Amino acid sequence: MTFVKRYLIPRLIQYVLVIWLGITVVFLIPRITPNDPVMRMIDQMQARGSTLEPGTMDAIIRDLTQMYGLEGSWLDQYWAFWGRLFRGDLGVSFFQFPTRVNKLIFTAMPWTLGLLLTTTAITWTLGNIIGGLAGYYSRKGWSRILDAVAMVVRPLPYYIFAFMLLLIFAYVVRWFPITGGASLGAIPTFTWAFIKDVLWHSALPAISLIVLGGAVTFQTMKLLVQNINAENFVQYAKLGGVKENRIVGKYVIRNALLPQITGLALGLGQIFSGALITEIVYGYPGLGMLLYRAIVNGDYNLIMGITIFSIFGITTAILIVDLTYPLFDPRVRYT
Amino acid sequence: MRTLKDLFRDYRFCVSFGVLVIIVILALLSNFSPYDPTLWNVVPRDTKPSAEHWLGTDSNGQDIFWQATFAVRNSLIISLIASLISRTIAIIVGMIAGYRGGITDRVLMFVGDSLLVIPIFLIMVMLAMLVRQFMNLVVLGLMLSAFGWAWDARLIRSIILSLRERDFTKTAILSGTGTIKLVLNEYMPFATPLIFSTLINNIAWAIGLEMTLAILGLVDLNIPTLGTMLNWALFYQSILLGRWWWILTPVVLSLMLFVALYWLSVSISEYLDPRTRIQRVGAQ
Repeated sequence: MTFVKRYLIPRLIQYVLVIWLGITVVFLIPRITPNDPVMRMIDQMQARGSTLEPGTMDAIIRDLTQMYGLEGSWLDQYWAFWGRLFRGDLGVSFFQFPTRVNKLIFTAMPWTLGLLLTTTAITWTLGNIIGGLAGYYSRKGWSRILDAVAMVVRPLPYYIFAFMLLLIFAYVVRWFPITGGASLGAIPTFTWAFIKDVLWHSALPAISLIVLGGAVTFQTMKLLVQNINAENFVQYAKLGGVKENRIVGKYVIRNALLPQITGLALGLGQIFSGALITEIVYGYPGLGMLLYRAIVNGDYNLIMGITIFSIFGITTAILIVDLTYPLFDPRVRYT
Repeated sequence: MRTLKDLFRDYRFCVSFGVLVIIVILALLSNFSPYDPTLWNVVPRDTKPSAEHWLGTDSNGQDIFWQATFAVRNSLIISLIASLISRTIAIIVGMIAGYRGGITDRVLMFVGDSLLVIPIFLIMVMLAMLVRQFMNLVVLGLMLSAFGWAWDARLIRSIILSLRERDFTKTAILSGTGTIKLVLNEYMPFATPLIFSTLINNIAWAIGLEMTLAILGLVDLNIPTLGTMLNWALFYQSILLGRWWWILTPVVLSLMLFVALYWLSVSISEYLDPRTRIQRVGAQ
């Protein structure tokens, strides 16, 4: 019971509160900026020279006014906003009128989800294993070389790193395709040819996410392991003749993994943003590309939809990571 | 003097210091530019690097070297505005949260933690979409600073929390020192080194985010920054057309800047941490 009361319930409350805060910020942004977003959208649309029938125009204005919730007092607007969200209604895309934002997001999502889940799993596992070993054997040559590489890669923003890889591996030595998630005109099927095509297109985005994220995991893990190494129980185990493999695997890395799980949860927001940016560099057809097209076309509604969706997605993912934490840390389980 | 000497023993500090000096000189050179950075077609277009145009010219008819000096300067201005203001917010929030504790602490830390969790990048995109026509260096700097304080506020809070329990706090309070004076005079010296190293990280973060927003076309593209330079180079397909001197200038400059800032911060914080300092310069 104490576990539920001291661990589970605070986490759930926090989950709800973060979502509330995030959505409230999204709600406030168009209201505190000195701009009528609806009319600006219409202006932009006309400036682009697209002609709309009066009926469609009215529908757009009505929809946008409603979505931004610009009817009634702020409090009314706020309630209406949440009401729509609870019905799972993110409104219509402004550029691809009248496609619903939901539909666009759900078409793009599998790409992002696939890329993100695979790379995050690989990054975290590899980063921790290699970082742990490098921390334990920190005086060896390979450990120093990896450290030097991480020192250069770590500070680079996602865009710059992805872009450099693209320049080198897609333009200079043409090993990988320049853009896209699959070859043009490829029909999504469960054939080996299609899967191979997708993997080939996903390789560079995945590598760039893995190397960049891996550098961070590697460095933090290495530092953690180096600190644990200096602790008495490790020295004692060594003097007691416990086998080296056992010390590294069972004593050191396991202890260092706990903060790394918390770190993964805290870093998910950044990893997600990074994945969106990386997708844009490689023209990978996920949420990032959707976002890019929305920005280029001034589709505020779609951007807002992606943001709201991401807030829900990331906080839920963090909650899941947080809830698996007790599996690794018995202290939380039994208090 | 001694501090500097110890710092220069680290090759990372030497390298990053050197690179940053070069970059600051570049930024200062913008004052002597023969061309106005906002004017187009002042030089022949798309020429390769030559004695006259050191880094060649671009498709807008601008000299890339001089354009780069403005870009570096403006990127630095944005990031300095962003990081100085967000440091102020972080210090205030961290100190209040750490010193007051209780419900104030919980609320402030909740807001801060939420900022770490929520995809700030997307929120920035939304904001930038709406303030696009008012966008300039200062507005962008303010926008970045509003979202860049959370992590560092938490660090500062943790320092204050530990200081609050020390004896000298009680002595100060009992001898009648006011809260503000106590925090500023007694606690600040302990927090200053940390604030300095977060400042460097925050500068790098701000430059990176500015570049990302610029590439998405969400800033004023007529103001040269590292991001807008890259945006123009991409817009004119400089990779496909083989104009490497154009695309590589912002990429290499930002690469140097990011690595230098990171090494500087690592080197300084390693020096500030007594445990790692002993490994480096030996006990004295």
